[in-house]
Amino acid sequence: MAKPAVLTHPESLKRPAGPSEYAKDPANASMSKADKIALYTKMARIRHFEQRCIRIYQQGKIGGFLHLYVGQEAVAAGTISLLGKHDHIITGYRDHGHGLMVGMGMNECMAELTGRVTGCSQGKGGSMHYFAPDKNYWGGHGIVGGQAPLGTGLAYAVKYMGLKGSCLVYMGDGAVNQGAVHEAYNLASLWDLPVIFVVENNGYSMGTSQERSTAHPGCLAKRAEGYNMAWDVINGHDVYEVRAKTAIALKRAHEESKPTVLEIFTYRYFGHSMADPDKTYRDKEEIKEYREKKDPVFAFEQELLGEKVLTPELSLKINEAAMAEADKAAIFADESPDPTVADITKHIYWEEDNRGPKTTSRGTIIFE
Amino acid sequence: MAVISYREALRAAMREELKRDDKVVIMGEEVAQFNGAYKVTEGLLKEFGPKRIVDTPISEAGFIGLGIGASMLGIRPVMELMFWSFSYVAFDQIVNNAGNIRYMSGGLINCPIVIRGPANGGTNVGATHSHTPEAILASHPGIKVVCPATPYDAKGLMKAAIRDNDPVYVMENTILYNDKGEVPDEDYIVPLGVADVKRVGTDLTIVAHGRAVITSLKAAEILEKEHGVSVEVVDLRSIRPLDEETILASVRKTHRALLVEENKPFCGVDAQVAYLIQSKAFDELDAPIHRVSSIDAPQIYCKRMEDLQMPNVERVVAEALKVLA
Repeated sequence: MAKPAVLTHPESLKRPAGPSEYAKDPANASMSKADKIALYTKMARIRHFEQRCIRIYQQGKIGGFLHLYVGQEAVAAGTISLLGKHDHIITGYRDHGHGLMVGMGMNECMAELTGRVTGCSQGKGGSMHYFAPDKNYWGGHGIVGGQAPLGTGLAYAVKYMGLKGSCLVYMGDGAVNQGAVHEAYNLASLWDLPVIFVVENNGYSMGTSQERSTAHPGCLAKRAEGYNMAWDVINGHDVYEVRAKTAIALKRAHEESKPTVLEIFTYRYFGHSMADPDKTYRDKEEIKEYREKKDPVFAFEQELLGEKVLTPELSLKINEAAMAEADKAAIFADESPDPTVADITKHIYWEEDNRGPKTTSRGTIIFE
Repeated sequence: MAVISYREALRAAMREELKRDDKVVIMGEEVAQFNGAYKVTEGLLKEFGPKRIVDTPISEAGFIGLGIGASMLGIRPVMELMFWSFSYVAFDQIVNNAGNIRYMSGGLINCPIVIRGPANGGTNVGATHSHTPEAILASHPGIKVVCPATPYDAKGLMKAAIRDNDPVYVMENTILYNDKGEVPDEDYIVPLGVADVKRVGTDLTIVAHGRAVITSLKAAEILEKEHGVSVEVVDLRSIRPLDEETILASVRKTHRALLVEENKPFCGVDAQVAYLIQSKAFDELDAPIHRVSSIDAPQIYCKRMEDLQMPNVERVVAEALKVLA
């Protein structure tokens, strides 16, 4: 049996859920009532979308892998709700929450999962590969840590073009042991790039607890010191705390063009993916405890009820609407057509898809 | 028409594209202050400054990935690998990210990156530094690969690669860097996917790419002088896209084909070319297709043996005579 959660989440368990001490932080005090309701609505939408996915997966309509974000909603919600026109994001394969937060529709997200041509990537990417570059969302990447250099490059491009922006590079706690992440850390700091590396620490790299995967398991963010970068740790069940501390890193990126590593303690309620029976590496009690004491969506609801921003009736309405939206998306995903065989060979090369006066290459590029 | 080296031709291509488009950035190990490990980028830092010509740490997965990410936002990075052999530590970035991003995003994202550097054996440096990954990389849809053999092609293909909106991997050759040839003074490109008949002949077609073209041209001269055979040499120039029509037209004329490459034989570029010829010109063939590639072993260090491991003039002549027998 796995060791109790207290070893993997030392910071997180220091403070149980309750009224947030960050409610009055400028990053949150500046939010209007409508902003707060909108943020809660987005978190609820992620929760209900993901829970609807489980049913569709169990019906056999989603192939391959499905990595759920349930339990981690406050991370994407808190960080992305702060971003502006020139701020970009990129993440790993647990990417649905980020997609919904940047404003992707449930329909296109759900249809991608069922491999439909109406999906955000026209059924070519799947669960791990959501993209919405028009919303500054650059994926959705399947290989652990592989997105870290890409995100560093997005930040490089922002800086090259003289824009005041940033790139938030999300990864899991397992990614911090990948070489590409360390190379990205080094480049980001060496070249003063406006990157925020967000380590979404849910305690387990697939089925391997942090203490079994990572030397110096106490704090992953501290590795930033080896690269002369600023870092911070955040309780990931408290969306106000996520916003307050991310705002500082964002200011550092915008004003000083300097990178930061943020380690956000969070938790996933389901297995690594739906293919993980989740029976060998952690105790059910651990999941139950987090759900009961630190659920991020429930915690923010309670916070807003306490602030009189939300009423039980409004909360119910928001949650029912999110569920209905997810139900409709499920039907849309079910009824949408598949891509065609001819579609298999589209979107490989820009030149092939845009043959005309502006293209120069010739010859055979798609082979029989 | 100036006579310049293959190295100078590559540099001229980059200089002209740096001037033409301020989104073009040169990045890699030792490309700036050091003036390039093989001096291909010599003088560019002085001319364009450190914002455009960027030295990176020895960190291929990091900086190649960074270039790919930057290209997604519209920068046009020209990344130098000191050797293409070093691409193997950045393979996930080069294949999974650059090669798949357009496809997996349903065409929403482009990756207009150029990765360039030498990819050749024959320099007495052992197996780790002598890889020729054009076949490996060209086997991935989403990636384009070119292998120039002459200064003219080096400049024209490099300029086409930089203007291309897809990832283009330019595989150069350190042994060719000092080779000289005529290069036009005016702006030109060599379009990707267009082979070049480097020598016209009637009895045998040799298909080659990279330095194997130069070896094949020398062999063709001997075959003509000593054996009275007229050899046509087709330089692929571009591996993917591949100019199938020029290969087939030559075989339809000569009815015999010898394929020469510096790769190891298994799944080499010429395995694909041989398949193409038998599938589309089978009835034109008067003899089986033969191949000359490197002897199938990791690259040997011993220079005397390495020269024998790789296709050389003697081996090409001997194999050509077998096809003609």
